[in-house]
Amino acid sequence: MEKKYQFSPETMAVVQKMISRYPNGKQKSALLPVLHVAQAEFDGWLSSEAMDYVAEVLQITPIEVYEVASFYSMYNLKPVGKCVLEVCRTSSCWLMGSEDIVKHLEKKLGIKDGETTADGQFTIKTVECLGSCGTAPMLQCGSDFYENLTLEKVDRLVENLRNDAERRVYTKDQKVNMD
Amino acid sequence: MPKVTIDGITIEVPNGTTILEAARMIGPEVAPPTMCYYSKLKTSGGYCRTCLVKVSQGSEKDPRPMPKPVASCRTQVMDGMVVENNTSAEIQEARAGVVEFLLVNHPLDCPVCDQAGECHLQDLGYEHGKSETRYDFPRREFEKKDIGDKIQLHMNRCILCYRCVKTADQVTDCRVHGVLNRGEVAEISTYIEKSINNDFSGNVIDVCPVGALTDKTFRFQSRVWFTKPVDAHRDCDKCCGHVRLWYKGDDVLRVTARKDQWGEVADHDGKTGWICNTCRFDKKNTSDWVIDGPSQISRHSVISANHYNSLKALKASIDRQKAALPHGEKVTLGHGALDPNNESK
Amino acid sequence: MGKKLLLEHIDVPGIRTLNVYRQKGGYETLKKALTSMTPDQIVEEVKTSGLRGRGGAGFPTGMKWSFLAKPEGVPRYLVCNADESEPGTFKDRYLMEHIPHILIEGMIVSSFALGANTSYIYIRGEYFYVARILEAAIQEAYDAGLLGKNIMGSGYDLDLYVQVGAGAYICGEETALLESLEGKRGNPRIKPPFPAIAGLYGCPTVVNNVETIAAVVPIVKDGGAAYAQIGIGKSTGTKLISASGHLNKPGVYEIELGLPVEEFIYSEEYCGGIKNGKQLKAVVAGGSSVPILPAHLILKTATGEPRLMSYEGLSEGGFATGTMLGSGGFIAMDEDTSIVKNLWTFSRFYHHESCGQCSPCREGTGWMEKILHKILHGHGTLSDVDLLWDIQSKIEGKTICPLGDAAAWPVASAIRHFRHEFEEYVKAGHSIKDVKHYYRINHLPEPAN
Repeated sequence: MEKKYQFSPETMAVVQKMISRYPNGKQKSALLPVLHVAQAEFDGWLSSEAMDYVAEVLQITPIEVYEVASFYSMYNLKPVGKCVLEVCRTSSCWLMGSEDIVKHLEKKLGIKDGETTADGQFTIKTVECLGSCGTAPMLQCGSDFYENLTLEKVDRLVENLRNDAERRVYTKDQKVNMD
Repeated sequence: MPKVTIDGITIEVPNGTTILEAARMIGPEVAPPTMCYYSKLKTSGGYCRTCLVKVSQGSEKDPRPMPKPVASCRTQVMDGMVVENNTSAEIQEARAGVVEFLLVNHPLDCPVCDQAGECHLQDLGYEHGKSETRYDFPRREFEKKDIGDKIQLHMNRCILCYRCVKTADQVTDCRVHGVLNRGEVAEISTYIEKSINNDFSGNVIDVCPVGALTDKTFRFQSRVWFTKPVDAHRDCDKCCGHVRLWYKGDDVLRVTARKDQWGEVADHDGKTGWICNTCRFDKKNTSDWVIDGPSQISRHSVISANHYNSLKALKASIDRQKAALPHGEKVTLGHGALDPNNESK
Repeated sequence: MGKKLLLEHIDVPGIRTLNVYRQKGGYETLKKALTSMTPDQIVEEVKTSGLRGRGGAGFPTGMKWSFLAKPEGVPRYLVCNADESEPGTFKDRYLMEHIPHILIEGMIVSSFALGANTSYIYIRGEYFYVARILEAAIQEAYDAGLLGKNIMGSGYDLDLYVQVGAGAYICGEETALLESLEGKRGNPRIKPPFPAIAGLYGCPTVVNNVETIAAVVPIVKDGGAAYAQIGIGKSTGTKLISASGHLNKPGVYEIELGLPVEEFIYSEEYCGGIKNGKQLKAVVAGGSSVPILPAHLILKTATGEPRLMSYEGLSEGGFATGTMLGSGGFIAMDEDTSIVKNLWTFSRFYHHESCGQCSPCREGTGWMEKILHKILHGHGTLSDVDLLWDIQSKIEGKTICPLGDAAAWPVASAIRHFRHEFEEYVKAGHSIKDVKHYYRINHLPEPAN
């Protein structure tokens, strides 16, 4: 039976390079970056099989991977939409109206925070401070920051992403031009 | 060798001794309570914060006090250090605060918990807790997870002491469980339901300070204070084979490791007396064992109350018989010495 | 105009590239360090400069460096803390995004001073695109012989790597950061031992903030004494301030320490006053963890002196009437701001970010958030305010790492200075609409009505 979880040779080369950054025997250090790669490669989330595969690649036990993957908020342990709209909700963003952005998105997409649209295109996720307080309110989609948001800008962003077949991932820049 | 003074009592201890170990050397009256520290497990301690003490003098050389309370289990003594534990009102209040934190999300299901009677959280709550809660929100509940046919996991009761994780790392050959998620919802789990089952996995039950990990084969069989602990041993090729059998009548309901005065697995032949799963789960007949004699149980433990209760029952029976006898006649019993009123006999 | 040491060339087009950075004098300091200074001389310059950690704690950098153990045959590490996650703080991102080479130059000079041959920049996962900018800049430096073997012919070797995190505020705590760099959960370690003795892989390690390491460049360039001339008292040099909230010109500003707060808020050179002509109500001056101050106490100290932006100036009056410089995350709130609601967003943040290792923080942060939510939505009682106060006091100073304090201080200061506002919420109640929203976003069952 063909194994579903397998990095492509190109990805494996990237992973090997990551491992080489650390002293011999400390390959576990590469776990966080390799999980990002795995999440990008395997449909935007980390299934237990994907994590077992990462454990195998790094020669560590599966529980070590589960412990780490479940600790950090950027790893999705359940399937998510192609475009995860991560809206910051902490102080400065809240002061500048992030609640309105979230409500607007919820209404526009017909889903609630934490949910995914039926077509699998969007997920709304409220997150804590993303270090963009001077350009609040803001949201992150994949690697890209969308700052100084207004409801109109959010509309344009959603329209631009609506029919985009490409999954937004942290590991590459895919910024949508909204001008 | 550094000298340290704890609650006014000075003791000389080997270099590298922690405040907590020094306090234990003095005795239980000054030893801070521990929920996560376990002297038999490396790197344990520091998490629960119940053993916080005040260092009112850092050392002879640098007598400045430490600015904040410190975890006595992870702080080494310095020569001339002065520590306040029970003598500090501030520490008593801090400890009461920690106990409250440990209890806000605890289900308080002692009436149906197998650990009741030998639960360190119960003891701690009794000594430092308040009689009512100030927490008026729903308590945290975790999804139930099945981790095999030998060990029962009740995550709602867990206080995240990490002892079981360290036991799996240090005592068993493969750890399959760990702490998942983070913060308030962090939990002990195997993630996907795997059974924790290798030769020494049962030791996680003995190190758990609460009822989060209990013996499935003993589940709901009896309250511990109705059982009678007896020390026994057998030749075992996997472990030391020195155990404690918990009897009810003639039945062995449960097998555990032997515990020392601090509630930790006792040493045997200079090594920690961890026991294997065969001894723990599969040897439940008296004929499997050589009996060493009744276990020593602290008279403060509710388990020992059972023994006194039998005495009370005996005394009551004597009193009843006395009352039934014609005036002036004495009751003669083979075990007359048991009756404290019988001295004149 | 205040003196600029880090952002002097921020407006130069192409300053992100190695070429332009070098045209503006970049890597001259590295050359100076490698060719004319010993590692100990650099450490001395940093000590003389009076530079203090720019990540929030303000510990003297030179002293931290001098604690580094140097056992034979054991590698030493320098790790840059680019996990900037303190709400209100975005200066490191700005610096790394626009002038990545100043950080890289600082890393090489500092690594040389500390005797490290491998160094890491640990950057928060959300800054993935900044990590790519850094990696590109590092590649440029390798290609130019500024990294790798025998840097600038000096015989000194250094490898520099970028490690991304994955979403955890706690990894800004230096030992949690090291755990994360080792591929583990970001659980802070129990200290001692400190990283200077046993850090990354158990080896002696220094962890410094991005801005701290960048500041080493001007210090070594012009000498520690020249740096110490800038600023005020023990607050030497310049500091990057992240200004956000209700300000006309939010953004990152480099100030000379000792600048009056009033000038920072109202002058055109800096924030240009409060948005929409409103009045200032309160300021969180050093990132979400530091005590919030009402307008009158942030502009002037309790004794009526102008309050200055420096370590000592902002903490003047202790916690009773002062605050802290912290990470320099300056959040201004106008007259219409609900202090209670802002506090709730902070408490929710700490609840979300607690690692869960030690009991007071794990249980206390959630409890505080729930009580605040209850008060905010009109279901609180006056005794809840006292309870909040009591809970924060039982977290503060009782936890493994400073996150407990960070969660406690905002609550304590908000009650200290704005108790009346909590009481108003208790008395007046609030619209039911928000309650429903809360239950929904937190996936709680909604109570009937």
